[in-house]
Amino acid sequence: MKTQREITLLDSPKNRARVRKYFYISLLILLVIEFFTPKHGHFPWEEAYGFYAVYGFIGCVSLIFIAKGLRWLVKRKEDYYD
Amino acid sequence: MIKTVPPAAILIAGALLVPFLKGRLKKAYLLVLPTLAFLNLLYMPAGRYWIVEFLSYDLIFGRVDKLSMAFGYVFVLITFIGILYALNIKDDSQHMASLMYAGGALGVTFAGDLFSLYIFWEILAIASVFLILARKISTSSAAAFRYFTWHFFGGLCLLAGIILYVMNRGTPEFAYIGLNDGASILIFTGFCLNAAVFPLHAWLPDAYPRATVTGAVFMSALTTKSAVYILARTFPGTELLIWAGAFMTCFPIFYAVIVNDIRRVLAYSLINQVGFMVCGIGIGTQLAINGVVAHAFSHIIYKALLFMSTGAVLHMTGRIRATDLGGLHKTMPFTAICCMIGAASISAFPLFSGFVSKSMTVAAAAEEHLTIIWLMLMFASAGVFHHAGIKVPFFVFFGHDSGIRAKEPPINMRLAMGIAAFICIFLGIYPQPLYRILPHAVHYVPYTAFHVVGMLQLLMFGALAFTVLVLSGYYPPEMRAVNLDTDWFARVAGRKFIWFCNSPLKRIGVFIKGCVSRIVGQLKTVPDRSVILENGTDSFFHSGLTSLPNLLFVWGRHLRTEIKQLSWNLAYILMPFFALLALMLLWLS
Repeated sequence: MKTQREITLLDSPKNRARVRKYFYISLLILLVIEFFTPKHGHFPWEEAYGFYAVYGFIGCVSLIFIAKGLRWLVKRKEDYYD
Repeated sequence: MIKTVPPAAILIAGALLVPFLKGRLKKAYLLVLPTLAFLNLLYMPAGRYWIVEFLSYDLIFGRVDKLSMAFGYVFVLITFIGILYALNIKDDSQHMASLMYAGGALGVTFAGDLFSLYIFWEILAIASVFLILARKISTSSAAAFRYFTWHFFGGLCLLAGIILYVMNRGTPEFAYIGLNDGASILIFTGFCLNAAVFPLHAWLPDAYPRATVTGAVFMSALTTKSAVYILARTFPGTELLIWAGAFMTCFPIFYAVIVNDIRRVLAYSLINQVGFMVCGIGIGTQLAINGVVAHAFSHIIYKALLFMSTGAVLHMTGRIRATDLGGLHKTMPFTAICCMIGAASISAFPLFSGFVSKSMTVAAAAEEHLTIIWLMLMFASAGVFHHAGIKVPFFVFFGHDSGIRAKEPPINMRLAMGIAAFICIFLGIYPQPLYRILPHAVHYVPYTAFHVVGMLQLLMFGALAFTVLVLSGYYPPEMRAVNLDTDWFARVAGRKFIWFCNSPLKRIGVFIKGCVSRIVGQLKTVPDRSVILENGTDSFFHSGLTSLPNLLFVWGRHLRTEIKQLSWNLAYILMPFFALLALMLLWLS
């Protein structure tokens, strides 16, 4: 094992910020593309503009907050069963 | 016409020869076995054959149709990949257990009657215990015992159900069973336990993270998916399974967010993915069943890939907790890429295998207008990307730098990961070979602009939620902890029971004994008939009742000693099953 800390592309905060910037741009592109896609949903709300984006975002945020609540409920010390 | 044999026989009989071979010859032999089984599959015609009359019942070792063939192919494929991945392991018992385990799964797949199904079912369960035991640390042998107890319970339910079923119908042959009487409920319970249906799932996240690096790859592929196969055959269209499956897709993702052990995160996401399949079985339409089989196929490959890449990290660093890892992409770039391909596949990103298979089940739910189910499945799709797609690669290979500088794993492990990663991408781009082996004709088109854009939005905005929450500090930090699950009831109740036997029950016994002695002492002054009465009560209270707590205490201590010899005991249990199987196969020839 090497003890010396290697520097890679992802170590510099500038590059990390750049990756995030491309990520946000790709989100915008997805929202723009949706204008031009023909829609054939099984449910009416599926065809509403941005349904999947909103559902994905809200779903994941609520996932995290419910998981935090769950942790409060089920978390025990690591040697609980010993 | 080329003569074929039951594919299970190749792997199970082949496993027995492993300890007699050495060096390169053994490695070659291990790889030849699944290859041989695959060639054998190719020449097996559709139909029912290898029928053995055993104790006046017809046992069918070969029920070959499109459904069993699809599962047969993927089980053999993953056996090859898993063996390749494990090739550098020097432990013979692990190789033997993996081969027998795979043999058991193939036996279940092609069994046409309930008796042979049961025998392979138990071989599958017992052989897999050895893959946990082989880790050789105390936590894993305890977990192996719990795993075995769960499956023993499931196996007994199944056996009881089978006996009732055969008594009712007079034949062990089965096809569609359906949930209608006591026998079918027992059989259903046995199958559901192996499919990790809530609340019978707790063995899975308990045992899989404690299995060996290579054993977990087999376990992730075989037990739950053979149960999915058998449920798809016997209980399609059972409404209960729709809700059970949808619930299975949702609840594990909350656990996966807070769990620290990376392989436990994968175990919870495995339950989530099997939930999609169980839900599809419940819907039971042609599209849904196609979705189940396709998803089982691609799931086995990408889940194995995820277990292989995280296993490689465990193998090289000895650590697997998210709190201990991070920044490994610097020295393990190949493993990191494989892990991300697996993560993209499980999240159903377009151009990866999960996309072309999972969407069939979701579309089947939409076609049946199951609104709430559809919303649950969509939520689970976003959630699975969140924990398996982002959390696993992020905390292991990126995230904060842990300072660990581990090398890439050995060449055979890299090769196995490479093959699995290739299949993930290949099926994602060109799903036709997969669609061709499905049980019903496929009219489903995965790549429509709407579907691709919708799925990408769902996933990417889920990723946005992750980014926002991590940057703002709301994301729950990784911490070392035990998270309770439904096995709490079994584990704590079990311990309470032992305590109850050791302490209050014993005291009650002593108290009763004292009372009886006192009463009897007074009665002794009255002659004749009272002496007979006394002798009767005496023997009941002295040796009958009071020995019960003692008996339980001794039994508990005995159990504890037996657990220490678990592998021998299991081998003894396994032997009669093999003997029975050999006997049946001898009848065949």
